[in-house]
Amino acid sequence: MSAVATGYAVEMRGITKQFPGVLANDKVDLAVRAGEIHALVGENGAGKSTLMNVLYGLVHADSGEIFIDGKPAHIGGARDAIAQGIGMVHQHFMLIPVFTVGENVMLGREPVTGPGFYDRAKARAEIAALARKYGLALDADARMEDLPVGLQQRAEIVKVLYRGANILILDEPTGVLTPQESKELFAVLRDLVKTGKTIIFISHKLREVLEISDRITVMRRGKVVGHLVTKDTSEQEIATMMVGREVLLRVDKKPAKPGPVTFKVENLTASSDRGVPALKGVSFELRQGEILGIAGVEGNGQSELVEVLAGTRRATGGRVLLADKDVTAFDARTERDAGIAFIPEDRRGTGLVLNYSVADNLILGRQRTPRFAWRELVLRLLAIREWARRLVKEFDIRTPSIETAARNLSGGNQQKIIVAREMASRPKVLLAAQPTRGVDIGAIEFIHRRLVAERDEGTAVLLVSAELDEIRSLSDRIAVIYEGKIVSIEPGDAPEERLGLLMTGGGAAHSG
Amino acid sequence: MNGINEILHLLVTANLWQAALAAAVLLLLPALGGVISERSGVVNIAMEGMMLTGAFFAVVADLAWHNPWLATLVAMVAGGLMALIHAVVAIRFRADQIVSGIAINIFAAGITLFLVNRIYGIQDVGHISPAEALPNFFIPGLDQIPFIGQVFFQQNVIVYVALVLLLLVHIVLFRTRLGLRIRAVGEHPQAADTAGINVYAIRYGAVVTSGLLSGLAGAFLAIGVSNTFVPNMTDGRGYIALAAMIFGKWTPGGAFVACLIFGLGEAIYANNSIIHISAYLLSMLPYILTLIVLAGIVGRSSPPAADGIPYVPGSE
Repeated sequence: MSAVATGYAVEMRGITKQFPGVLANDKVDLAVRAGEIHALVGENGAGKSTLMNVLYGLVHADSGEIFIDGKPAHIGGARDAIAQGIGMVHQHFMLIPVFTVGENVMLGREPVTGPGFYDRAKARAEIAALARKYGLALDADARMEDLPVGLQQRAEIVKVLYRGANILILDEPTGVLTPQESKELFAVLRDLVKTGKTIIFISHKLREVLEISDRITVMRRGKVVGHLVTKDTSEQEIATMMVGREVLLRVDKKPAKPGPVTFKVENLTASSDRGVPALKGVSFELRQGEILGIAGVEGNGQSELVEVLAGTRRATGGRVLLADKDVTAFDARTERDAGIAFIPEDRRGTGLVLNYSVADNLILGRQRTPRFAWRELVLRLLAIREWARRLVKEFDIRTPSIETAARNLSGGNQQKIIVAREMASRPKVLLAAQPTRGVDIGAIEFIHRRLVAERDEGTAVLLVSAELDEIRSLSDRIAVIYEGKIVSIEPGDAPEERLGLLMTGGGAAHSG
Repeated sequence: MNGINEILHLLVTANLWQAALAAAVLLLLPALGGVISERSGVVNIAMEGMMLTGAFFAVVADLAWHNPWLATLVAMVAGGLMALIHAVVAIRFRADQIVSGIAINIFAAGITLFLVNRIYGIQDVGHISPAEALPNFFIPGLDQIPFIGQVFFQQNVIVYVALVLLLLVHIVLFRTRLGLRIRAVGEHPQAADTAGINVYAIRYGAVVTSGLLSGLAGAFLAIGVSNTFVPNMTDGRGYIALAAMIFGKWTPGGAFVACLIFGLGEAIYANNSIIHISAYLLSMLPYILTLIVLAGIVGRSSPPAADGIPYVPGSE
């Protein structure tokens, strides 16, 4: 039976790819019908990206076959994939910030005049033509780095269309988008399908998958564990398939019992690494026993905010008060001593010393305390070991031993080391920046439960997350940050649409 | 104050500027090579070694075949081969590009010294006769313009070649498809790769081109200026070219301006006999200028985003 008869645009059969130590794809089959939006879901490390990189020729499979429109295809590199009409919009955009939109879109298939001169006018015309055909307007001469993320993604899509792609792979396309931008993207995808394109949509956001896709392939640990028809399935069913057991998608939490205000931020200002103002007067109060969520599109000052509060970035103005004590100028060590714990957003770079053992990572920041060191000089190894064993058990850190280097653990377990270390210090204030970024659903579930438990014990929790769902399910109040300012403080059950609007600078801004 | 006055007087003589331009060109050629290499994302500090190798083989070839053009070609090939070693180590084996560059420079110093002793004995290498050196060429008519004529149109043939190359490199990098691709590979190799551009091919080409240009500079130094080979005769020019490239913010034009400044320093030193400032002090001038430049007096300039980072396909 030929695949043409079945109408498959893409068929991958028995794809196997072994990386050192990991079987990334284990006899994976994927069949995508022409003209459908096919979702490929799975946790981080399930093998989705590897499979798509095989299809796009960036990774070579050890075995398996690929058929495009029913015909066997050999895809040895991106060039072959492009020739087969396959285009990929990568999770981390393949865009050159210092190039113009035109140069980015044309790259690899540039219009030329004479002996190879780049033809700027032709590029402009090509982009205008694509804009007309697909309704994706773009300024060809704008520098890519000056564009908002949504338009950068649009440029990525136009780039793929310019190369004549009929099959579009989108890898976690909504990860960087606001809810509004996601909606626009979905409208674009639906239009593209109408013009006959086939779309493979990679995501771990199940609600989006249910909204946009026709059929779903679920992967877990390198294998396909299920083929589903979207209209006949549910979020719970997909999640269970992805994780391999029942999972709790909603956080179970009692109403907060907020205590007195313990942490006050007043008119805080700070600069970014590039020296431009990133915080332009941020004020909020945090009570004992509540979770205050900071919602916002990434890059609106969240990172700088938590860094200032944690003492790793200098404030240029304003005050931070911890129980009426001015801690604005404290450095990371004195902040920690004062009772502020910090789960940083970059777990590999800031949160852990990857080459240190699990045990050593579990005392980082407390290595001078009498409990773990004699006169701040000699480590008490037995105490450290005992401490580590306790936390590994309590926080369910899956590690071969406490002497294993943190590097060798999965993202979820690395994150649990940080969460354990910070929570075990019994802080007054817990700063949690992107606490579940890039970790599996099981670990997300666990970390969420611990954050709520921490709140219930009276800790003041500041939660910064790019995931609006996470913010909404955990927070008791939500502060929306936009361009370095808190534009509004909303109740924890504020509707998503309203938050989305505020995050992009819209909505009736009223500070509360 | 005497010395300062003498320098000021010197600054209005055409002789000085003529020498400064020639000295600048010695730096410009490897600097252009550096620009090309680093724009493609491969850090290249091996211009010194590639230039020295070029200088040596230019002399060997010229002494053997009595043909400066052939000798120049040999020098370029020698520089290109040294660059190819750097390319293989840095691109294929993804080694640290600074370490590889240093290794090339030490290797070049060693191998040329070894071969000098092997081929010519400890004694003098021997001189290239003016007839067999790269010739000076006075452009008829233009060379009669007062001042300008002497500075720009009474130069060695390589000076004109270098100035044409300067223009050419600028046009290729910023106006052509090839240049767009070279810069794409240096900024974001993954993006280039996914656009169907062969990252490795571009990088190999760029690194080897830097070797060809450095080799050409070596030939100019050995059989156009000095007319002999002396161990370590490049005297840090490859490194100064590196500084010029950074000073020039990885652009050919900017690098040329920097080379002119360094070249002027060198020309002033060359005239030390008529200045009452210690020759030792003057000899430091180009290097002091280099340090000042590298310390960031020109403001921070940022290299291509992927400069120095080996490309691993499929990585993010």
